[in-house]
Amino acid sequence: MNNSNSLTITPDIVRQHGLTLEEFNRIEDLLGRELNFTELGIFSVMWSEHCSYKSSRYYLKKLPTTGPRVLQGPGENAGVVDIGDGVAAVFKIESHNHPSFIEPRQGAATGVGGILRDIFTMGARPIALMNSLRFGASDHSRTRFLVNGVIDGISNYGNCTGVPTVGGEIYFDPCYNGNILVNVFCLGLIQSDKIFLGNASGVGNPVIYFGSKTGRDGIHGASMASSEFDESSEEKRPTVQVGDPFAEKLLIEACLELMKEDWVVGIQDMGAAGLTCSTFEMAGRAGTGIDLELSKVPMREVGMTPYETLLSESQERMLVVVSKGMEQNALALFDKWDLDAAVVGEVTDTPMVRIFDNGNPVVNLPVELVVDGALDLKRPTKKPEYLKEVDHVNLGFIPEPERGEEILKKLLSSPNIASKHWVYEQYDHMVRLNTLGLPGSDAAVLRVKGSQKALALSVDCNSRYCYLDPFQGAQIAVAECVRNIACSGGDPIGLTNCLNFGNPENPEIMWQFEQAVSGMGEACKFFDIPVVSGNVSLYNETSGEAIYPTPTVAVVGLLEDRSFHTTQWFKEDGDLVALIGLTMEEFGGSEYLKIMCDRVEGKPPHLDLRLAQSVNKLCLELIREKILASAHDCSEGGLAVALAESCMSHPLAAKGATLDIDSTVRNDAFLFGESQSRILISFSAKNRLVVEAKAKAMEVPFAIIGKVGGDSLIVDINGKEFIREEVSHLKELWFGALETYVG
Amino acid sequence: MKCGVVVFPGSNCDHDCFHILKHVFKLDTEWIWHKGDVDLSRFDLIVLPGGYSYGDYLRAGAIAQFSSVMKEVVRFANSGRMVLGICNGFQVLVESGLLPGALIQNHTQKFVCKTVSIRVESVSTPFSCECVEKPVLEIPIAHHQGSYFIDSDGLDQLVDNQQIVFRYSGPGGEVTDQYNPNGSVDNIAGIVNKNKNVMGLMPHPERCADPAWPNLDGQLIFKSIIYSLQDGVSL
Repeated sequence: MNNSNSLTITPDIVRQHGLTLEEFNRIEDLLGRELNFTELGIFSVMWSEHCSYKSSRYYLKKLPTTGPRVLQGPGENAGVVDIGDGVAAVFKIESHNHPSFIEPRQGAATGVGGILRDIFTMGARPIALMNSLRFGASDHSRTRFLVNGVIDGISNYGNCTGVPTVGGEIYFDPCYNGNILVNVFCLGLIQSDKIFLGNASGVGNPVIYFGSKTGRDGIHGASMASSEFDESSEEKRPTVQVGDPFAEKLLIEACLELMKEDWVVGIQDMGAAGLTCSTFEMAGRAGTGIDLELSKVPMREVGMTPYETLLSESQERMLVVVSKGMEQNALALFDKWDLDAAVVGEVTDTPMVRIFDNGNPVVNLPVELVVDGALDLKRPTKKPEYLKEVDHVNLGFIPEPERGEEILKKLLSSPNIASKHWVYEQYDHMVRLNTLGLPGSDAAVLRVKGSQKALALSVDCNSRYCYLDPFQGAQIAVAECVRNIACSGGDPIGLTNCLNFGNPENPEIMWQFEQAVSGMGEACKFFDIPVVSGNVSLYNETSGEAIYPTPTVAVVGLLEDRSFHTTQWFKEDGDLVALIGLTMEEFGGSEYLKIMCDRVEGKPPHLDLRLAQSVNKLCLELIREKILASAHDCSEGGLAVALAESCMSHPLAAKGATLDIDSTVRNDAFLFGESQSRILISFSAKNRLVVEAKAKAMEVPFAIIGKVGGDSLIVDINGKEFIREEVSHLKELWFGALETYVG
Repeated sequence: MKCGVVVFPGSNCDHDCFHILKHVFKLDTEWIWHKGDVDLSRFDLIVLPGGYSYGDYLRAGAIAQFSSVMKEVVRFANSGRMVLGICNGFQVLVESGLLPGALIQNHTQKFVCKTVSIRVESVSTPFSCECVEKPVLEIPIAHHQGSYFIDSDGLDQLVDNQQIVFRYSGPGGEVTDQYNPNGSVDNIAGIVNKNKNVMGLMPHPERCADPAWPNLDGQLIFKSIIYSLQDGVSL
């Protein structure tokens, strides 16, 4: 590509840069002069959907973002929530969907790299990664390649940087055949009075580049993430960056060492839109300007134009502003860690970014116009037509089964429900000695060294529910995370989201977005959980086929005492098994309906937020009184799957259980329906009266349904046997299924 | 006794080893930086931790052998003092020639992180003397290049000299292919040198030595070292 500044900018070139002619004209009008080609490149990335949130910003304002624990809400590299004793949790979830579909290994790896940088850039030591992955049908021709590539990428990058991957979720559905989702979450710990922000303050302060050299990789990555795919998407492989986890590891250690110094003014990583974005954003936050000299930038290749240098998304690069006179100290520290570093610019008092190449001016733009100039689009919305067709479940398609074993076995073998050990054993989930529970539990639980506290992390979204009702689906995602955290013994303290949707220019997609954000906002307000960070990923569609709306949420919970940590598996023979919550006759959007009838229809299960909260509250009280032996959330596959998991998931010895259930709904609804707000618990028989009294006092629906023991899972309903199967056999199916499908 | 934990660029279990030595066993412990002037004379034990030294883009441990610190570690080991290499540390010891054999890619071609059983093959080393009461340890592994390889002559020597300290096994001590997580020759998980003052192992004893978890089997390895050093047991 000819990308010199002498090139004449035509309407075609504007469109190739993802800007509308209206946007282009607005820029030139506000500037009062013509843009040059490099400047066009800058607006192309900074005004892209990915960087500007122009379609989503209006709706995101509906989310609650404040609270007594919030030290930093949305807008910075990550959110920060106080956990007491002078320590805070820094976290965020971010998507890397488009690159991972084109080049799964590097796409996923650099997704991990990007989110890690967001966390340690704030001064926090990253202590945990999680991921939320969505792939196409397990029998789709590309799925195996994509699954193995993504997992290999995450494994290779995360393991090398020494940050454990402690949990996550993986779902398979044909709606992701042409657009996989790779959402990566990271959490770090920080001293609450030592939070670093991306501010370029202090006129005259030097701006220092450090980390890997700049090459031609990833040019226009942000623009790629702001358009849909078609048959030619494979050709976009060169826009995917290549990750170097070793360089990232050095960056982590060098940054944390650097931030012990009191002369560090502001710092930001170079993520989407590279050097451009960090320069403009750092100046924007401080209300200053920056002069930048490109010839000083450490380069990996010769002959790169200013356009390429500014738009490169080469990985593992940082920009830091230090107090004037401390440049040599900073450079010495980077040298210790064998990192390239150079003073590339200086903070100025005019709110302009001026960029020079060997002294020749190539860019001269007002910071505010670039950073905040993109107009919020209130795109039109329209309730989708498809909802009329999928509105209700036709029970005629689901004959009531005589027995349940075959259904349970099919569900446990579904890649959506099967054990994910084949995946998480490829991730180092133990390094740094904080992981109290193995992945595969309701929530990941990490101790906070130097205290009795622990953090519980849960990430969730059932996109089938969101497809059927995005408002309710998003509420359920929040409620399920909160329930997962309650099962592990914690209270929610903060939330981060990754909103994955199709093309926002389609009013039906925009309606899904609006509904999902509203539902999420309401649920967050009800549970009093602030949204402190997040990411929006639009244009997740290929050739007009959009993914199901997938508003993934990750909730961070706090355990004041790590001894509250409770696991999901049955512990002792003779323990009583009980169900907290109400079971209704609900099949809509269930895995049962999908697996047995290949249908995605109906209303998602009803969610009563008050009931959800009282169920969680009872569970937590019992945990804190040390009465519970186990607690497990009922989700996909319903009560039957939760029971089987509580039987099978003990790391050493699986347990059987015998259940005797009284039911007024269909047997399959009771066992495989996905009624919300239910927790399966077990406890010693000697505590029976205490537990019953407590449930009664709190007016929470509660029933003792059986006891732990034997080698089989036996379920009688209304006195008639419905399931009898050896746990070892169930475990074999559940344990091996995922590898069989995609290994 | 004084312990040193080596920090290569890319080491990532250095903090964990340091934590166990310093905060769990309350031992006098220091970091040792990989470059510059390295003086190991004040140490009694050197630990080479897990991780990806220098990125390990070549063979794991292949670059680390040329570092300033490894020249001194070789000298330290040859003077008879104790060196423990865990995971990447084991790989570095093998690449440096302090231990025989090689560590190659797991036979699954995948990284593996899980808790496995290892059978204690010899309690007559200063790294395993406290394992008398516990013939099988439960211990986490986390590696991609952990398949131990040695030719048959070398293996005979290891056996003859009782240099094999740990073998992957079942929970009851069954040493079979079924319980070999990475394809190691003869299920070998950890070995010592002839002089028995240098041990390398792929499993991570530091991951099961903190009382925050119920499994403390890894403590037996650290306790063996402490016992040997503090009581001056001759090697």
